[in-house]
Amino acid sequence: MTVTTDPAVDTRATEAEPKARRRFRSSNFRMFGGPFIGLVVMVVVFSLLSPYFLTAQNLSNLLQQVSILGIMAAGATLVILIGGIDLSVAAVMAFTLMFSAWLYKSLEFPFVPALIAGLLIGALIGFINGVLSTFGKIQPFVATLATMSICLGLALLITNGNTLNDFPEWFSEIAVARVWVIPVQALLMFAIFGIAAFWLKFRPLGRSLYAIGGNEEVARLSGLPVRWTKTLVYMIASTLAAFAGWLNMATLDSAQPTAAGNYLLNVIAVVVIGGASLAGGVGTMGSTLLGLFVVGVINNGMSFTGISPNAKPVVIGLIIILAVLADRKSAASG
Amino acid sequence: MMTQDARALECTGLVKSFGGVTVVKSVEFTVPAGHVVGLIGENGAGKSTLSSIIAGIHQPDAGAMVLDGQPYSPGSPSQALDEGVALIHQEIRMVPRLSVAENIFLGRLPMKGGRVDRVAMNEEAAGALERLGVSIDPRRPVAGLSTAQQQSIEIAKAILRDPRYVIFDEPSASLTSAETDRVLHQITVLRDSGAGVVYISHRLDEVREISSEIVCMRDGAVVRTWATGEVPTDELVQAMVGRDFTFQHQAPQPSADRVVLTVRGLSRKGAFEDVSFEVRQGEILGFAGLVGAGRTEVVRAIAGADRADAGVVEVDGEPLRLRNPGSAISAGIFMVPEDRKTQGLNLAQNSPRNIATPWERTVKRTSLVTKSWLEHLAQKSTDGFDVRGSLAGPTLRLSGGNQQKVLLAKWLAGSPKVLILDEPTRGVDVGAKMAIYEIIRACAARGVSVLVVSSELEEVLGLAHRVLVMSGGRQRAILDRAEATSERVMSYAVPTTGSGPSTNASDSPDGLGLAREAS
Repeated sequence: MTVTTDPAVDTRATEAEPKARRRFRSSNFRMFGGPFIGLVVMVVVFSLLSPYFLTAQNLSNLLQQVSILGIMAAGATLVILIGGIDLSVAAVMAFTLMFSAWLYKSLEFPFVPALIAGLLIGALIGFINGVLSTFGKIQPFVATLATMSICLGLALLITNGNTLNDFPEWFSEIAVARVWVIPVQALLMFAIFGIAAFWLKFRPLGRSLYAIGGNEEVARLSGLPVRWTKTLVYMIASTLAAFAGWLNMATLDSAQPTAAGNYLLNVIAVVVIGGASLAGGVGTMGSTLLGLFVVGVINNGMSFTGISPNAKPVVIGLIIILAVLADRKSAASG
Repeated sequence: MMTQDARALECTGLVKSFGGVTVVKSVEFTVPAGHVVGLIGENGAGKSTLSSIIAGIHQPDAGAMVLDGQPYSPGSPSQALDEGVALIHQEIRMVPRLSVAENIFLGRLPMKGGRVDRVAMNEEAAGALERLGVSIDPRRPVAGLSTAQQQSIEIAKAILRDPRYVIFDEPSASLTSAETDRVLHQITVLRDSGAGVVYISHRLDEVREISSEIVCMRDGAVVRTWATGEVPTDELVQAMVGRDFTFQHQAPQPSADRVVLTVRGLSRKGAFEDVSFEVRQGEILGFAGLVGAGRTEVVRAIAGADRADAGVVEVDGEPLRLRNPGSAISAGIFMVPEDRKTQGLNLAQNSPRNIATPWERTVKRTSLVTKSWLEHLAQKSTDGFDVRGSLAGPTLRLSGGNQQKVLLAKWLAGSPKVLILDEPTRGVDVGAKMAIYEIIRACAARGVSVLVVSSELEEVLGLAHRVLVMSGGRQRAILDRAEATSERVMSYAVPTTGSGPSTNASDSPDGLGLAREAS
C-alpha cells in the first residue's frame, strides 16, 4: 500500500525537468511575442517612412519622452498585479508637484525639502487609497476615482489655477542631462524598473503580489498580510507618481496645475498593452517596459508622418484592442 | 406500480461518473404520481447526483428514464421543467433586488402589448403563494425576506409550472422546525394535486412523517427500499451507514500525554457555539457531522480564517490571539482548507510556487527566493508523496488527487504543531486517498496533533483516535475510537426535528446542556 519507496519517483522527477524548462521558455516567449513583434513592425515602418526616425538623436528623445509615463506605469503595474487599479496616479502627480512648488514659492521652503514633502504627500495619498480599498472595503476603482477628483481639485485650488515658475537652475538641468546619449531621466526610469523587477522576482514581499493577485483567499489562508501588502503597493504607486512629478516640473521648468493631462489613460494603456491582466496576478516589469515602448514609438513616430497628432489616441486605442485579443488567443492556444 | 396504468417517473440502470469516480451506480428508482418518496443516505451517497440527473442538470452515462410512459432524457434543467420535472435546491438562488413575482416568473415574464403584464404576473404569483399558505406581497423585493419565505417562493415558482414531479433537495437544511412544518405542508399540497415528490433530507423524522415510501442510497447505489414511511429511525440509520469499510481500519499509534491544543468555549454567532476539546501530541481528532453542522466553521476559527466571538484557543498552554491566518500559522496551526481550488492552491501557478507561498517569508533578509530554492523546497516537501504529473506546470493540469498532495506538501513543508485537514480526500480517487491517509498517519506518528474534518464517516473512524460529533452548530459528543461506531456517531449527528440547525443558534438552550454532558 505504501508507495513511498517506489524508485519510479526519482526517474519521473528527472524526466519532468527538461520538459518543464521547455514549457517555461515557451510561456516567456508567448508573453513577449505579441507586443514585441508589434514593436519591431512599427519601428521598421516608421524608419521606412522617415529617415529621421531611427537616429541616435531621435531615439534619445524618445527615451526622454517616455520616462515620466514609464515611472508612473511601473507603479501602476504593481497595482494591477494585485488585482487593483489606481485612477489617481496622474492627479497625484499634478497635486504633489503643485504642492512642492507652492511650499517653495509661497511658503519659502528650501527647495529640496519642498520636493521631499511632495513625495511624502504622495505616499500619504497612496496610503489613503490602500486603506480605503482594503480595510475600508471600497472598490479600488471607486476609492481612487475619489482621490483622483480630490487631487485634481487640490492641484488647482492650491494656487488658484496659476502656474508657478522659477526653480533653481540645477533642477531643470536634470531634464536635459544625458550620460552619453541616454537621458538621465531615462536612466532613473530604468533603475526603477530594474529594482521593481528584482523585487518581484526574488524578494518574498514582491513575489507575494502575484500570490495576492492570483487568488487573494489562497494568499490570506497562506498567512500573507494581504491588506497591508496591498496598502504598501498603493503607497509605492503614488510615491512614484510624485517622483514623476519632479521630472515633469524639471522638464517644463514650471509647475502646472493641469500637468495630469491624459497621463492616466496612457499609463493604463502601457500596462495593458504590455500584457498585464486587470484581473490581477499576471504581468511583469519587462512586459510593461515593452508596452511603454509601443506607446512611445507610436507617439514619436507618428510626428514624422503627415498624420494629425489627434489621431494618436485612436491608434493607441486600436493597439490596446489588438494586444488584448492577441494575448487571449495565445493564452487559449496554450 | 401495482396497476399497469399508474403514472410514474421511472429510472432504470442510471450510471454517472465524474473524472473516473462512479457516483451513481446502476440505480433503479421509481416515483409514483401522487406519492412522496423519501430519499436518504449519507453525504456523498449519490442522492444529489441522482436528483441532478432527473432534473436535467447532469446527463447519465448509462440507463434510461421514463416519464408517465414516455421516454425522458432532459438535456438541461429548462427542458426538464418543460416536461414537468422541477428541482428545488438546497441553496436558494434569487435576485434580491427584483420583486417576488419577478423572481417567480424570471425568464418567462408574461407579456402584453410588448410590455410586462404586471397585473397578471402579480395575480398569478399571489395565487400560487396563497395555495402554499404563505402571505407575502408579490410586489415586494425578495431582499429582506427570511430563508423560509424564500424557500416558499422557490416552491411557488415550481408549482406555477404545473410540475408532475418535484424533487426537494434538503429544503429544511437551514429552516427552523416551524418553518419546516410549513414546507412539509406545502409538499402535501403538491402531492394532493397529483404530483410525485422526492424528498431528500437528513432529518429522518421528517422523512418518516411525510413519505409513503423510503429509499436509502449508499455509495451510489440504492441499498434498501421500504414501501412505507413507518420505519424505525434505527433501521434507517443502520441502512445509511451499514457498509463494509472500503479500507482497512488501522489503529493509529498511541498519542503522547502532553496536550498541545486546547479549545474552550469557542463560539461564532450563527455558526457554532460552545465548542471545547483538547488534542494531545500525535493524536488525531476526527470531526464528524452532516453538512452544515458547523465543523468547517469551527476549524476555520481555530486556523484564524474566521474570527470567533468567544472562547479560548491555546497551543502548548499559551493562549493565542487569532486575528488572521498568519497569526495561527506563527503559532504552529496550519490548515489544509476545504476547497483546494478556491482556498488551497493558486491553480495558474506551478507546484513549487504554490508550496512556497507561506514559506518565502522565511528566507533571510539578505537572501533571494531563487528558482533553485523553490525547486529544492518542492522536491523536499513532495518527497514520498508520489505526485504524478509535472510539478513545473500549472497545478491546474494535475488531477484532483495530485493537487491535494501538492496542497498537503505546501503545509507540511513547514513544521506544524497542529495540522487541520478539512475534507482531505474530497473528489480524490481511491489510490490517492490511501496515500493521503498514509501521509496523515505519518504526520501524527511524528508528533503532530491532527484535526480531520470529513463528511465521509469511514474516513473519520478509520483515522481518528477520538471523534467529535457535531450537529446544528453544537458539539454533541466526543467518542473514543472504541465506542465510535458508525451507528453511534450517526445517532449524535442526525438532528431530530426541533433541535436541528436553526438560523439563530442561540435560542435553544437544550443543545448546550447536551454538549456539556457529552464533553
